[in-house]
Amino acid sequence: MAGQTLYDKLWSQHLVKERDDGTALIYIDRQLLHEVTSPQAFEGLRLAGRRPWRIDANLATPDHNVPTTLKERAEGNAGIADPVSLIQVQTLDDNCNEFGIEEFRINDPRQGIVHVVGPEQGATLPGMTVVCGDSHTATHGAFAALAHGIGTSEVEHVLATQCLLAQKMKNMQVRVEGQLGTGVTAKDIVLAVIGRIGTAGGTGYAIEFAGSAIRDLSMEGRMTVCNMAIEAGARVGLIAVDDTTIDYLRERHYAPRGEQWDAAVADWCNLVSDLDAQFDKVVTLDAAEIEPQVSWGTSPEMVTGIGGEVPDPAEAPDETVQRGYTRALEYMGLAPKQKITDIRLDKVFIGSCTNSRIEDLREAAKVARGKKVADSIKLAMVVPGSGLVKRQAEAEGLDKVFLEAGFEWREPGCSMCLAMNADKLGAGEHCASTSNRNFEGRQGYGGRTHLVSPAMAAAAAIAGHFVDVRNVDVRQPDAPSAAQEA
Amino acid sequence: MKQFERTEGLVAPLDRANVDTDLIIPKQFLKSIKRTGFGVNLFDELRYLDEGQPGQDCSQRPLNPDFVLNQPRYQGASILLARRNFGCGSSREHAPWALEDFGFRVVIAPSFADIFYNNAFKNGLLLITLPEETVDRLFREVEASEGYRLDVYLENQRVITPSGEILEFEVDAFRKQCLLEGLDDIGITLKDEDAIRDFEAKHRQERPWLFRDTAQA
Ligand code: SF4
Repeated sequence: MAGQTLYDKLWSQHLVKERDDGTALIYIDRQLLHEVTSPQAFEGLRLAGRRPWRIDANLATPDHNVPTTLKERAEGNAGIADPVSLIQVQTLDDNCNEFGIEEFRINDPRQGIVHVVGPEQGATLPGMTVVCGDSHTATHGAFAALAHGIGTSEVEHVLATQCLLAQKMKNMQVRVEGQLGTGVTAKDIVLAVIGRIGTAGGTGYAIEFAGSAIRDLSMEGRMTVCNMAIEAGARVGLIAVDDTTIDYLRERHYAPRGEQWDAAVADWCNLVSDLDAQFDKVVTLDAAEIEPQVSWGTSPEMVTGIGGEVPDPAEAPDETVQRGYTRALEYMGLAPKQKITDIRLDKVFIGSCTNSRIEDLREAAKVARGKKVADSIKLAMVVPGSGLVKRQAEAEGLDKVFLEAGFEWREPGCSMCLAMNADKLGAGEHCASTSNRNFEGRQGYGGRTHLVSPAMAAAAAIAGHFVDVRNVDVRQPDAPSAAQEA
Repeated sequence: MKQFERTEGLVAPLDRANVDTDLIIPKQFLKSIKRTGFGVNLFDELRYLDEGQPGQDCSQRPLNPDFVLNQPRYQGASILLARRNFGCGSSREHAPWALEDFGFRVVIAPSFADIFYNNAFKNGLLLITLPEETVDRLFREVEASEGYRLDVYLENQRVITPSGEILEFEVDAFRKQCLLEGLDDIGITLKDEDAIRDFEAKHRQERPWLFRDTAQA
């Protein structure tokens, strides 16, 4: 018998029951909840007179609607100006209260974007099944956890039964071998992968990211890669366990201790694909060839290297693609064959569950240190992914680097990633954004999003247009701060 | 869940690939804590010329005359014809809620995004995957003849065109049964309560660190 992939192993470890029709019940170890996709699920439970199956499997935090300005945040929920947003956050609080679910509320220092908070707390562990009513749940796969983004009916189903109805996916391996160039990051890898396989390339697959370039990434970088598996169409992204995974988890709040830690580590070491495992599809990329990436269109697959240009719809491979290109260029206000470095920017957003972790902020700060945001930029903001990331960044003095350069330093939340709170783009504004989606209107009505890495976003903020971060002088901090790695 | 057996209805063509859930229902409308009322904001940014706000009276807003669903010939459509990778992007179930609430019972496309596919079936919305060439042809037929209708039978998995042509489609048995009978899948899963409890007990024994009450902290 051929060996098993990591996905196969996680699947069989959680399989409760397989039905004749090919659907299966898989057991869920952790459910993360936020305010946008959970209210109707709790309401459904109440209407049916059901109780959650296992309270301690759940962890909640509000993130999408929370304001990110200090003044509003100081007032807690009362600082949420939009009454509809306020109701949503309060509803999460009330539901967690009623059912006894642990919640990091708006001003808890552990609050943050749910996909930053889970791993940071050790609430995401290797070998777990994780779900959340949010497509970027794929992020948690960086820990060799089988993590699915689900809809609200499924949130209710997991609350009520601790199981998810699922069908086994196919296996895809994306191998990235070799060494990344200086200034090229995890974000560039995943954008390059999406550019290669397209936004539907991973549909129906669980993607395991492998190869030496993936193994060389930190946990933060791995989370960035898995986070955007969904932009490649895959509900699940995965990376095998290694020492980097284990080192990251040691001493995290929810991580096991003592003998259980040792037993867990021994168990986790099996969470790799067997050498003779068969994948249904394998895609290989050479890390050395990956340039810093910039998206030019309204789908994450509309992406190219910083040295590239906007495509000419006339050269599109088929009619549907051509119409897509034409429509995207019109929406984005770009001309065919325009150089990427000629795209001028109005706003810069560094944040989101893709790129708001400490390492992302360090990368951006390296570029911004001792420089100034261009006068033509109306707003450049840095939004840490959680209260703890914010504290850590402040302990390292990164906040000062950003503030001195002219960036705003905000409170944690999803912020301008999807602009459900007050942070948004105006119509026609171009934004260099470290988030994950460049869909029409995503960051504000008529807003134009360009997806990039944190370093590229910072460099663009300084120049006022896109530049190749590999050519930017980078200043190290004068003296390494004692607080580093605290 | 809403039952589905057959729909006979007018077809509206949305000629655009990779229609994402942000386009289907923009984020400002996700603030609602209800499951209903999203229909007036379906495709909000394409449908209206101004920026929509939750709770607003949409009857006063300027419509985009170029948008297909605003054209008189497609009023009352209950079948949406779409292009590849329909429903990509976020997991928001508000997308099928909005399509349903607007009056769509069926979406036909060459492919759908995974999460959207799941969400749709849980809300009584039938998604039909047909080969790209067939969808291409349907687009041409719909555009060529006003009042183009399709007849969709779930039981025998068939779409019948006005000329009497039969197009067969695949749908997995479990989803089909749930839709035909309007079954609540939580209720179905809870019939396996014992199997879940047995699994849980074994799982806890093997990996106690996954359960907070047996984890050493
Ligand atoms: S940061 Fe953006 S993508 Fe991530 S959970 Fe929040 S809204 Fe979704």
